Amino acid sequence: MALLEVSHLDVRFALRQGEVRALRDINFTLERGERLGIVGESGAGKSVAAFSLLNLIAKPGYIAGGSIKFEGQTLNTMSERGLRKVRGNRISMIFQDPMMTLNPVLSIGEQMVECLKAHRRISTKEARAISLDKLRQVQIPSPETRLDQYPHELSGGMRQRIIIAIALLLDPDIIIADEPTTALDVTIQAEIMALLLELCEQHNVGLILITHDLGVVSQVTQRMLVMYAGRVIEQGLTREIINDPQHPYTQGLINALPQMATPGEKLNQIRGSMPSLSNLPSGCAFHPRCDFINRADGQPRPACTQQVPEFVESGNCRVACHMVAEMLEDRRLKEETR
Amino acid sequence: MSDQVETMQRTTPAQTTPTQNEESSESLLQIRGLKKRFSLSGDFLDQLRFKGGKLVRHQEHVHAINGVNLDIKRGEALCVVGESGCGKSTVARTVMGLLTPTEGTIHYDGQRIDNLSGRQLLPYRKRMQMIFQNPYASLNPRMTIQQTLEEPLRLHHPDWSREKILDKVQDVMGSVGIDPDWGKRFGHEFSGGQRQRIAIARALAVDPEFIVADEPISALDVSIQAQVLNLLMEAQQERNLTYLFITHDLAVVEHFGTRVAVMYLGTVCEVATTATLFAKPRHPYTQALLSAIPRLKDDRPQHIRLTGEVPTPVNLPSGCVFHGRCPYANARCHQEIPALQTQDDGTRVACHAVEEGRL
Repeated sequence: MALLEVSHLDVRFALRQGEVRALRDINFTLERGERLGIVGESGAGKSVAAFSLLNLIAKPGYIAGGSIKFEGQTLNTMSERGLRKVRGNRISMIFQDPMMTLNPVLSIGEQMVECLKAHRRISTKEARAISLDKLRQVQIPSPETRLDQYPHELSGGMRQRIIIAIALLLDPDIIIADEPTTALDVTIQAEIMALLLELCEQHNVGLILITHDLGVVSQVTQRMLVMYAGRVIEQGLTREIINDPQHPYTQGLINALPQMATPGEKLNQIRGSMPSLSNLPSGCAFHPRCDFINRADGQPRPACTQQVPEFVESGNCRVACHMVAEMLEDRRLKEETR
Repeated sequence: MSDQVETMQRTTPAQTTPTQNEESSESLLQIRGLKKRFSLSGDFLDQLRFKGGKLVRHQEHVHAINGVNLDIKRGEALCVVGESGCGKSTVARTVMGLLTPTEGTIHYDGQRIDNLSGRQLLPYRKRMQMIFQNPYASLNPRMTIQQTLEEPLRLHHPDWSREKILDKVQDVMGSVGIDPDWGKRFGHEFSGGQRQRIAIARALAVDPEFIVADEPISALDVSIQAQVLNLLMEAQQERNLTYLFITHDLAVVEHFGTRVAVMYLGTVCEVATTATLFAKPRHPYTQALLSAIPRLKDDRPQHIRLTGEVPTPVNLPSGCVFHGRCPYANARCHQEIPALQTQDDGTRVACHAVEEGRL
């Protein structure tokens, strides 16, 4: 049994204008010590996916269907009391903005001790000793003095290290990191990412990394999901998806990176922009931006505009695309006739 | 006062080196010894303190730029890269005349522009335009797109007829791929990428020859970034534009820039052509910065891990500003400020280790 198993997850927001389906039919598993990346542009639903794992979706949002199983327990139907035992303890979370996640009126030490005491029956002294140890692990210089400092006295990179230390405080099984380095500078980003990777490997902690940066995902994770307009459109091994993306959107995203083009030449852009979730195009949500809606004979493929694509297996990856499905079908037919 | 003395000392190395360089004749913009300080201590009364029974005036400054020399040649795209707080946006704003430099000069096409009044600057404002980082803040929410695009034309061509202005607006909308129907709508009705297109159209409306772009794509999604970068490159080819492009994203620089200036804590540490910089970074900071780009295809990046944090620009470190994080720093780096020195291939590097051949 996988450590975390998400199946058919469906999240909706009941708005005045009607219901918006923020996530549709999300399926994935995470094994112990595995690192999974969730990639997509803003509005794709990556953060909603992260929040829904711990049932942190705020009203008017709600989990409308599907299940999230952690060690066999279903998290989405669990009581608040039961959830509190999981949140921060077994599954912890690192948020995007290190300026917003720390409490400005409590010292670093107080915040760490508070977190430990909420989950374990230990003395303040013991809690401080554990906190100090974790601060050492995230390589913060002079950790003793940091314990009594306040968040505003520290730089962005330092704060994110402290947040990582807090996330590791109770030796969790899974860390969910929602764009952990987006607010940081390039050199600091590289340091923090390397640190996170090292710690996850050392302690055999699973990582769900949410990011828009394909470079980071390809360096850190073993498997990845690509999301578009609330749906997973491609999932599989990171290496395979990066080297040989199947879905036209994934291909477009990778090819649009400046490092994929010859300097001075035009970049390969994807035209248009992500549709709003309240007004999705019919059929495949990507079809208005897709370059492959025409079949080999030049005729548009009716399925793209009419039918939501199902997942097809292509090698070790699963892709939701009519074009890929058609190609695979053709290949299979050819092999059969032979 | 101690502050004053310190800045005096900082000036010396820059001044003693013979002010470069041969190619200044063809350069469109020349920045010489540019410095910008921002006061942190408020007005005169806020600065007064009691110290040992006496009333003392106490001043503190952010040293945003400390002696920057740059040349921008006609038709090139000079990219300025660096981490947040290194002064790259301050350079952009000072060049545009949005900030007055504390020291130093800026020459545009042979004319000194940093000491001109607003009225005298007007003809230059038409020739140099700026694109800002955040398209959600740079468009006036109470103006329609049509009004936004007409405004610079009315200001710079008061003699133009209404028809001529309308024609020009249509023209510039077409060239950046804006639907003419958008004219009646307001900024909030558009997505980030569309707004940035409108901001670019506004900059291009007066047919400038020089554009300062301050992180024009950082606020946008990956697929939209490519669209906007392509648009900027098309505009450069069609109109023979010169760019001063401020960014923190080195992958964009590699693609877009003709030359690159790397800044750290208010000083330029390396200037080189893009190809040279990426093939052979000289300055230890540039090397670290380049190795930190997350690349798609390599598994375990061999990036150089810098220790420590960027020092605050309020109390600048002595000597080379980078010495606290530099793996090659020695005693000289702690004391003496390195000056930019030209290497064999034209790259200019400010580093004692490179100069002494230790690196």
